[in-house]
Amino acid sequence: MDKTYNNKAWFLVLPVFVLVALSAIIPIMTVVNYSVQDTFGNNQFFWAGTEWFEDVLSSERFWNSLSRNLLFSFIILSIEIPLGIGIALCMPKKGPWVPVCLVMMALPLLIPWNVVGTIWQIFGRADIGLLGHTLEAIGVDYNYTSNIFDAWVTIIVMDVWHWTSLVVLLCYAGLVSIPDAYYQAARIDGASKLSVFRFIQLPKMRGVLIIAFLLRFMDSFMIYTEPFVLTGGGPGNSTTFMSIDLVKQAIGQFDLGPAAAMSLIYQLIIILICYVFFTVMSHTGSDKPEQGAGE
Amino acid sequence: MAKITLDGLAHSYYPNPKTDADFALKELNYEWDDGGAYALLGPSGCGKTTLLNIISGLLVPSKGNILFGSKNVTELQPEQRNIAQVFQFPVIYDTMTVRQNLEFPLVNRQVPKNEIDKRVAEMIQVLDLEDKADRKARGLTADEKQKISLGRGLVRYDVNAILFDEPLTVIDPHMKWQLRTKLKDLHRQLGHTMIYVTHDQTEALTFADKVVVMYEGDVVQIGTPEELFDEPAHTFVGYFIGSPGMNILSSEVKGKTARIGSHEIKLAHEYHALGETAEVGIRPEFVTLSGGKKGMPVSINSVEDIGRFKIVRASLEGQELNAVLPEGAPVPADPKVSFDMSRINIYENSHLVRKGA
Repeated sequence: MDKTYNNKAWFLVLPVFVLVALSAIIPIMTVVNYSVQDTFGNNQFFWAGTEWFEDVLSSERFWNSLSRNLLFSFIILSIEIPLGIGIALCMPKKGPWVPVCLVMMALPLLIPWNVVGTIWQIFGRADIGLLGHTLEAIGVDYNYTSNIFDAWVTIIVMDVWHWTSLVVLLCYAGLVSIPDAYYQAARIDGASKLSVFRFIQLPKMRGVLIIAFLLRFMDSFMIYTEPFVLTGGGPGNSTTFMSIDLVKQAIGQFDLGPAAAMSLIYQLIIILICYVFFTVMSHTGSDKPEQGAGE
Repeated sequence: MAKITLDGLAHSYYPNPKTDADFALKELNYEWDDGGAYALLGPSGCGKTTLLNIISGLLVPSKGNILFGSKNVTELQPEQRNIAQVFQFPVIYDTMTVRQNLEFPLVNRQVPKNEIDKRVAEMIQVLDLEDKADRKARGLTADEKQKISLGRGLVRYDVNAILFDEPLTVIDPHMKWQLRTKLKDLHRQLGHTMIYVTHDQTEALTFADKVVVMYEGDVVQIGTPEELFDEPAHTFVGYFIGSPGMNILSSEVKGKTARIGSHEIKLAHEYHALGETAEVGIRPEFVTLSGGKKGMPVSINSVEDIGRFKIVRASLEGQELNAVLPEGAPVPADPKVSFDMSRINIYENSHLVRKGA
C-alpha cells in the first residue's frame, strides 16, 4: 500500500529553524566563510581554500596553546572530580546543615567569571592581597605575574575554587537519590565502607559524573575570562590558552582568516573529545548502553 | 538458626515518648518459632516495617529486648546479627554479575574460596538463574533482581531469619504468583525462619503459617489464616481480612440474644450483658439474602457483580451490611437477611468476646 506523505508539518519546524539559524548556523557559516577566504577590507574576498587551516596546523603557536589547554584541562579534571566526590560524600544527607552547605557550595558558582579573575588578581598581590602578602610574610617567593609556575598554580587554584562546587552539587544530587535500602542491604551483607563506595555510591553516581566530567572538560578547555583578567596570558605566553590566542589573532592582529580556521579546529577538538569521553564513560560498567534514567 | 524472642519490645521515633500515641510500635511480647513462616499484615503506617527493622537491627528499639535463641542481640548491628533482608525495591549491585552479587556477602565474611563457589553454584541453581549467572545484574527484570537480593540472604546457610519488606510491590502481577510459590518452596527446602511484611492479605494468607495482624502500632491478632477468618480478635481484623470485610453492626447483647434496632437475633452462646460498645460481627459469606417472609428487611444500595459471586451492599436499620450472593441467584425484590448463627462473633470495645464468656 502506498503511504501518502504530507510535508506540510515541516512548516511547523520553521520557527525553531529561524531561531537556530540566527543563533548558531549563521554565525558558524560566517566563520566558515572567513576561514576559506582572504580579505583586505572593503568587503573584497579572495578564495584561499585550505591555506589558513594548513597555516594554523603547521604553526608552533597553535600546538603550544593546544597543549597548554590539554594540560590545563587534565589537571583541572584530575583535581576537581575526586575532590568534588570527596566533599559530596562528607556533606550531611539530612538535618539543618544541608541548606547551609548547599548555599555555601553554590556561592562561587554565582560569581561572574571576570569578577573571579579580579578577586584572585587582588588576592594574590603581594602589596595588598591577603594571599600574596601572607605568602611573602612566611618567606615564600610568590609572584604570579613573573613566575610561570606561580601563574599556573594561581589559575588552577582559582578554577578549583570556582568550579569544584559544581561537581560537588552534581555528585551530592546523585548520592541523595540512592534509596536507604541500598545502604541497609550493604550493612546486612557485611560490606565495608570502601565496598559501599565502590559498588553502590560510585555506580549510582555514574550518570551525574558523566555530566560533571563533560561540563568541567568543556569549560576548562574553553577557559578565557579568568586567565585573561588574572595574567593576560602571561608571563610570556605561558598562560595563553587557545581562546586567548584566538582573540589575540582575531581582534589584536585582525587576522580573520587564520582565526576563523583556528576556531573551527578548536570546536572540532572539543566535540571530538566530548564524544569520546561520553561514549567511553557511558559504556564502562554496563554491558549495554544505558536506557533512559536506568532503574 | 534460632528462635526469635521479642521481650517487652516497643519503639517510638520521638526521643521522649509520653503517651501511647507517640509509639510507632506498642509493647509486644512474642516468640517466633525456628523455621516458621510468618507474615506481618496491616495497613500503611501500622508499625510493621518498624518491627521488621528492629528484628534486622536497622533500628534499635526504645524499650525491651530482642533475643536470637538465648543471645540478646538488641544492641547488635545488622551485620553482626546474621539475618537477611529483602527490600521493597530490589537491591542489587549494578556493576557486578549475578554470580558476584551472590558471592558478595560471603566474600565480605571471608568464607574460603572453594566454599563460596560451591554455595553460589547451588544458589544459582535453586533460583533458576543458571543462564544469567555471568551477566551483569543491571539488565535483569525486577523479579530476577528480587531473586538475587533473596539469594544474597539464602547463600549464607546460617542466617537466623530472612526478612521480607513487601518484596513483591514492584513485581508484575503474573510474576508475583511465581515468585511467591518459589518463596514457599525455598522455605520448605531450606527451613529458614521467614518473616514477611505486607499489606496485601492474599500474600500474607498464602505465604504464612501464622499471620500477625497489626493496627496502629499494636499487634491485634496472631493466628493461622483460618483463625483470622473465623474468629477475628478485633473488629479491625474482621474488616481487614476478607473481601469484602466482616460486617460490624452495633447492637445490644444480653444472654443469648442480640438486638439490632428493632430486630432480635438468636446467638449460639450465652453472653453476660454487654455495654453500649457491643457489636455483632458476621462475615458477608454467612449472610443469607432471601425474598421470603423470614429475616430482617433491608434496603439494597448497590449490587457488584464480580463474576463468581455478587456483593450486595445493603443497609439494615441504617447500618451498612454486605452480603455475598452466589452466582446465578437473583436479587430478591423484597429482600430479607438472616445470619448463620454459629458464625456470629460478638465484640465489645472492638475486641472479641470469647464464646460463653
